[in-house]
Amino acid sequence: MPLMNMVEAINSALRLEMERDPSMLIIGEDVGRAGGVFRVTDGLQAQFGNRRVVDTPLAESAIVGAAVGLAARGLRPVAEVQFLGFIYETMDQMASQAARMRFRTAGRIHLPMVVRSPYGGGVRTPELHSDSLEGLFVHTPGIKVVMPSSPYDAKGLLLSAIRDPDPVLYLEPMRLYRAFKEEVPDGEYTVELGKAKVVAEGDDLTLITWGAAAPVATAAAAEWRDKQGGSVEVIDLRTVAPMDEEAIVRSVAKTGRVLIVHEAVKSGGVGAEVAALVSEKCMLSLLAPILRVTGYDTPYPAFAVEEDWLPNKQRIFKAMQELLSYR
Amino acid sequence: MWINPEDLTVTQWQVLNEAGELVREAPSLGHRQLLEVYRYMVIARAYDERAMRLQRQGRIGTYAPFSGQEAAQIGSAYALERSDWMFPSYREAPALWVHGAPLEYSLLYTMGHVFGARLPEGVHAFPVQIIIAGQATHVMGSAWASTYLEDKRVSLCYLGDGATSQGDFHESLNFASVLKLPAIYFIQNNQWAISLPRSHQTGSATFAQKGLAYGIPGVQVDGNDVLAVYQVTMEAVRRAREGKGPSLIEAVTYRNGPHTTSDDPNRYRSQAEVESWKQKDPIVRLRRYLTGLQIWDDEREQALWQEAAQVIEQVVAKAEGVPKGTLAESFDYVYATPTPRLQEQWATLERGR
Repeated sequence: MPLMNMVEAINSALRLEMERDPSMLIIGEDVGRAGGVFRVTDGLQAQFGNRRVVDTPLAESAIVGAAVGLAARGLRPVAEVQFLGFIYETMDQMASQAARMRFRTAGRIHLPMVVRSPYGGGVRTPELHSDSLEGLFVHTPGIKVVMPSSPYDAKGLLLSAIRDPDPVLYLEPMRLYRAFKEEVPDGEYTVELGKAKVVAEGDDLTLITWGAAAPVATAAAAEWRDKQGGSVEVIDLRTVAPMDEEAIVRSVAKTGRVLIVHEAVKSGGVGAEVAALVSEKCMLSLLAPILRVTGYDTPYPAFAVEEDWLPNKQRIFKAMQELLSYR
Repeated sequence: MWINPEDLTVTQWQVLNEAGELVREAPSLGHRQLLEVYRYMVIARAYDERAMRLQRQGRIGTYAPFSGQEAAQIGSAYALERSDWMFPSYREAPALWVHGAPLEYSLLYTMGHVFGARLPEGVHAFPVQIIIAGQATHVMGSAWASTYLEDKRVSLCYLGDGATSQGDFHESLNFASVLKLPAIYFIQNNQWAISLPRSHQTGSATFAQKGLAYGIPGVQVDGNDVLAVYQVTMEAVRRAREGKGPSLIEAVTYRNGPHTTSDDPNRYRSQAEVESWKQKDPIVRLRRYLTGLQIWDDEREQALWQEAAQVIEQVVAKAEGVPKGTLAESFDYVYATPTPRLQEQWATLERGR
């Protein structure tokens, strides 16, 4: 089985689906000739032509609005928003238009469309490129939000997202694009949306994470096991909307301690939603307060200090310590 | 050197003057079609007047009347094939009707019915747009789909004068021009965006010229002249079908009534202005023309208004006869398959907590 990094895995998914489904097209800024600013769509225009891989004018709202029109007419557009920090430009099209079409028309019109967008910190981008804004869309019924953290999942989840009959926001952690390679099948396979992955099994504490933060959290948990001997269960949600509640509840019932690690700002986000879910469904299993290690409630900072802002091993260790020593 | 807007001359296109006389050759519509267009216009007017009363009686919710704009809407919609795609805003009941959506669907929407935005199978239109100019990008996406599918269908969206201030309008024009898409941007300049007159909406002399900077041809048409509206829309449709790209039409018309039933236009415009536009009424104008052709008279006029009353009676009865629907049903239409969380909330709703 070949080794692929996340960029290669996503590119492979796009290529396979373009070959399989003539109704699919890729649209966005610089996705064609340049192959995308991260080269995620590299080689696709050369293979499929500029009718199916289309460089658009620089207008995010119109890109997503065009995808709405294309999808309503039976095509499967995969639109790229160059950085998630630019997604605010599309908020009406995402939240009021794409997300509600099935609901407004009682199923007469539905939108099989994907919006891909790189996000997350740690790669020294200019301002307004690195935000983790999944919370905005988890708060938007009608959209699914997928956040892979590994090449294997990225490919399988993207194939599921493109084949899904509803709008999917597919978020690609920039820092993980080329961070590591793993075995990824050449051919097609899917990873079901809405299913978490138990990355590591354990009994003492449940660490819930997703997307860009997942490898950081997973590595911290592994090191903790090695050094402290504790047993930490790590759950990578992979899809934050819909969320795999069953996986969370099953694990927390076993461990009784919950640490949530995510890169978005702390307040009002997916981590808060997970905490609410745990308190609703697992109250009597809890042995300690639910803790979160997250970005701070500031706008994403300038890159000179971003490493202090992002969740890191030290902060995760401290939180684990606090949870495991809580009496 | 400098390109100056004052160097641009825009001449309003007219076929019928206010007296209902031809000022140039009429479009090739037979008598049967002319009478059909007139019937649409009269029944639409009757619908609008009835809907205003229904709102005052509390039988429908907030309503956005279109009286005065019948020629703009019906003349343009009449130029489309049923297989073409329409992207209406919330004031376009007549256009949707001409395009195949029975009037009771529009009424159901204003009644706040849980499925009020669902149009019948086979009607190629989006649900009415509430967010101003949001549909401009959809018309472009749909036109793009037609290019991709090579199906020769045209996509037309309705916008108001206020919508031309929105980013989506400009982004979409630019896109459609670059990709040379079969899209038509039909602007009903009804002079008022709620309380704001056109002079406060744009520094341009006309809305017709809004496409020029994007490389899109535009035309200003007398929007109360149904023949002129039909004619220019047909031309835009032909251009689109021939692969010649998008067009922009400004139909100069007037909103006789308030913005919606919640609005009081006396706060911002004079009665004299309203009266002056009544002289240009689109229905009166076409009636004069038909009378001049000797295919219309008072007797037929009276019979048509009686028919209109009956039609509207049936429309109201049909809409009011549709079962109210339930909140629970709407849970089925958030996603193709309700998520586990939605299923759980649905059960909660059924239990009453």
